[in-house]
Amino acid sequence: MSSATAPPTAQAGGTGGQQSGVQEPTPARRRRVDGEWVRRNGVYLALLVLVVINVIITPHFVSEGSLRLQLVQVAPVVIVALGMAMVIGTEGIDLSVGAVMALSAALMPLYLGYGTVGAIVVGVGIGAVTGLVAGVLIAKVGVQPIVATLGIMIGGRGLAIVIGGSIKSIDDPGLVALGTGSFLTIPYTVLVALAAVLVVGFLVRRTTYGRQVVAIGGNRRASLLAGLPVSRVLITVYVVSGLLAAVAGVILAARSQASDPTKIGLLMELSAITAVVIGGTPLSGGSVRILGTVAGALVMQLITSTLISHNIPDSMAQMIQAAVVILAVYVQIGRKGARS
Amino acid sequence: MTLTATEKALPTDGGGGAGEVLFDATGVRKSFGGVHALRGAHITVRSGEIHALIGENGAGKSTLIKVLTGVYEPDAGELRFLGEDVQFASPAAAQDAGVATVYQEVNLVPVLSVARNIYLGREPRTRWGTVDIKAMHRKARELVRRLGIDVDVTGELGRLGLGVQQMVALARAVSVDARVVIMDEPTSSLEPREVETLFGVARNLRDQGVGIVFVSHRLDELFALCDALTIMRDGEVVHTGRIEDIDRSGLVSLMLGRTIDDVVGSSTGFTRESHVVEGEPVLSVRGLEARHRVHDVDLDVHRGEIVGLGGLLGSGRSETVKAVYGALQTEGGTVSVDGKQLRRGDVPRSLRSGIALLSEDRKAEGVVPDLSVRDNIALAVLSRVSRFGVVSDKKMDDLVDVFMKRLKIKASSPHQKVRELSGGNQQKVLLARWLCTEPTVFLLDEPTRGIDVGAKREVQALIGELAERGLGVVMISSEVEELMEGTDRVVVLHDGGVSEVLSGQDITNARLLAAMAGDEYTEEDVVAVLGLTDEDTTPQGATDAPQGAADMPQGATDMPQGATDEEER
Repeated sequence: MSSATAPPTAQAGGTGGQQSGVQEPTPARRRRVDGEWVRRNGVYLALLVLVVINVIITPHFVSEGSLRLQLVQVAPVVIVALGMAMVIGTEGIDLSVGAVMALSAALMPLYLGYGTVGAIVVGVGIGAVTGLVAGVLIAKVGVQPIVATLGIMIGGRGLAIVIGGSIKSIDDPGLVALGTGSFLTIPYTVLVALAAVLVVGFLVRRTTYGRQVVAIGGNRRASLLAGLPVSRVLITVYVVSGLLAAVAGVILAARSQASDPTKIGLLMELSAITAVVIGGTPLSGGSVRILGTVAGALVMQLITSTLISHNIPDSMAQMIQAAVVILAVYVQIGRKGARS
Repeated sequence: MTLTATEKALPTDGGGGAGEVLFDATGVRKSFGGVHALRGAHITVRSGEIHALIGENGAGKSTLIKVLTGVYEPDAGELRFLGEDVQFASPAAAQDAGVATVYQEVNLVPVLSVARNIYLGREPRTRWGTVDIKAMHRKARELVRRLGIDVDVTGELGRLGLGVQQMVALARAVSVDARVVIMDEPTSSLEPREVETLFGVARNLRDQGVGIVFVSHRLDELFALCDALTIMRDGEVVHTGRIEDIDRSGLVSLMLGRTIDDVVGSSTGFTRESHVVEGEPVLSVRGLEARHRVHDVDLDVHRGEIVGLGGLLGSGRSETVKAVYGALQTEGGTVSVDGKQLRRGDVPRSLRSGIALLSEDRKAEGVVPDLSVRDNIALAVLSRVSRFGVVSDKKMDDLVDVFMKRLKIKASSPHQKVRELSGGNQQKVLLARWLCTEPTVFLLDEPTRGIDVGAKREVQALIGELAERGLGVVMISSEVEELMEGTDRVVVLHDGGVSEVLSGQDITNARLLAAMAGDEYTEEDVVAVLGLTDEDTTPQGATDAPQGAADMPQGATDMPQGATDEEER
């Protein structure tokens, strides 16, 4: 296993250059690398284990229909979690994503008069607006992220219910196609999620903006002194999160061919945060793990679907999910504890 | 004449009317993971006495206080409080016994009333078990009157000024009938007027027989308020005695562990060679003001010049460079680079104008621990190694490679996380970060603090080289050797203002110490304080390379030198 080989190679690389710097490197380093390895790769291991278990015990798990269903169901969570990962990377949190989904889903049907694209633009646009509000509150006014986004979470859903009223069915052919159609057997919704992964992944890994995000999350004072545009980056991070949440809201409404402002995106903030944390992005900021986040969302999806397909009651399923989250956070904190 | 450590047992009579011994700690030892924070420290607090506890950062003051107040359990040593051996299990236990602490930061509840804060957790009760608000207000009123604080006890604490809040904290501390009150830098965030009031309260308490331990870095305050003092250095007590038996220069030299230069030859990585200075200054600062921190500071730096910024802790050194860099709000003054005036409080603008600041606090304001060495180095020049907002690995690697080689940064690869490097290598990474910005003015705040000896010399040599290449350098240092050997000029700050500017041969230990203390410099003072004979001082004043002083005052001779600064991981 690579877990066994990783520490020695890291050591060999380290000892040559570091003799003068690090005292007694052996025990501390070995332990740290192990903890680090679990934190970085545990989510992939968990995913692998879940897939293997399902292949063995769940009938028809390896079928096109089943796999497609899994991916369609996980797509909105992935999209929202990507934005959440960036926000958490700056040492923030965005509790408003579920409400933003409801808001965009409630707003969109009202603007179908402008055509499918026009309605989608309005729906997605509201996410940018709420994100901007949250970002300005946090970066300029100095409100704590959890407070600012909690306000939008509550107010946003209220507004969605006021605007959307009761359940509206959506029969716009364009939206229906988006929700149910597919390209080369891959559902459009999954393609949207894939595109979001690629775009956010590029943003985080390749751009100066991505470096600024993790630098600000890692050490805000240092980033200020290094002349980084801290306020601007913080604001845009919430705008991106709002945009992605709105996209997820549009997709979900299109897929269910209905918009129910009281239900859409409910508890989505928690699913997204869970996916991010399980994926190895520390809540303390300074790092954004895109693939880990995707894997984290898949893990939670598989756990839920496995439990449901084996007729385990919902209440039990929730407790198991809770246990997974606590375990994931424990792994992170365990690493921190070992460090200090 | 100064009292030495061994003479501390001598009875101190009369004077400030000091009475019985309240708290006596002897032989206190405490270490953290092999680092000795206290190596046999002692302090004797008497009734009716304000006792100053003094020392530079890392001297062990805070650790000693935390041992006295039950935050830490000492590894060894005796604590006798009111004549009985004690070992407080917690700060609450210490408080119950009568040892109260007032911290630098007010830790009260701003939304509650003054009275509620004073009696928080110990509210007087009615017989129904509810809070007896009337009694509480009455007791609180009596208490604040006794202390001489003018405040409405029913008012919300958060609406009061910081100074009054500090006073309320003090009232809370003494409301438990404290016999000993420990005040840990209580004045650091107060306005001068508030400081006066606080002093009044402290004196009031003293006159009522309370023993007070007062920690402050402001010498003026110590001399204005205190009766006795204990000076710590490197975890040990180097002096204790009456305050009137010592003067500022003597205090400072004991605190820093320096007397007349006892270093033969070069102890730093600097090559002692003054740099040629000509033309207009590259950095020119006039009348810099920052609220309560920096007062009317002028500073000129020429190309190729290293200007030292000296002063004690809290003298405004770090604040001055931060204000110059735009990272600290200023109320007045101008900063010009190459004759062009900068806008105030604009860090990106300062960077573009060619100013770089290496902060003193490597951890909080320097490294981004979870980013790689490479990303840390390129942090301030991200836009330069990018095209259309996309980072170019090639450009970044080229840049980083140059600096890693040039500064001999020891990392397994450019992709190693910075937090895994030693303190010295982290410091080099930060130097590289700022050198990437191609500064014309480099502000260095304690560039060699907390790094190992080898790295220290390398950094010092690098600084010298940068100056030779034409950079204007401002270097803050607490090490007198660094200022003497590394700089062309030293601007000494005292209480936020420039106390003296020394250059060339005038940069001597004695004059630096006197300026740091805010004293008028007279040779006799220093001689008197240090207990030196005339022969000792003659070479000091006359030659560039002074001889080692033959005799240091007793009690100071066996002080280990050497860095106690913890090496950060």
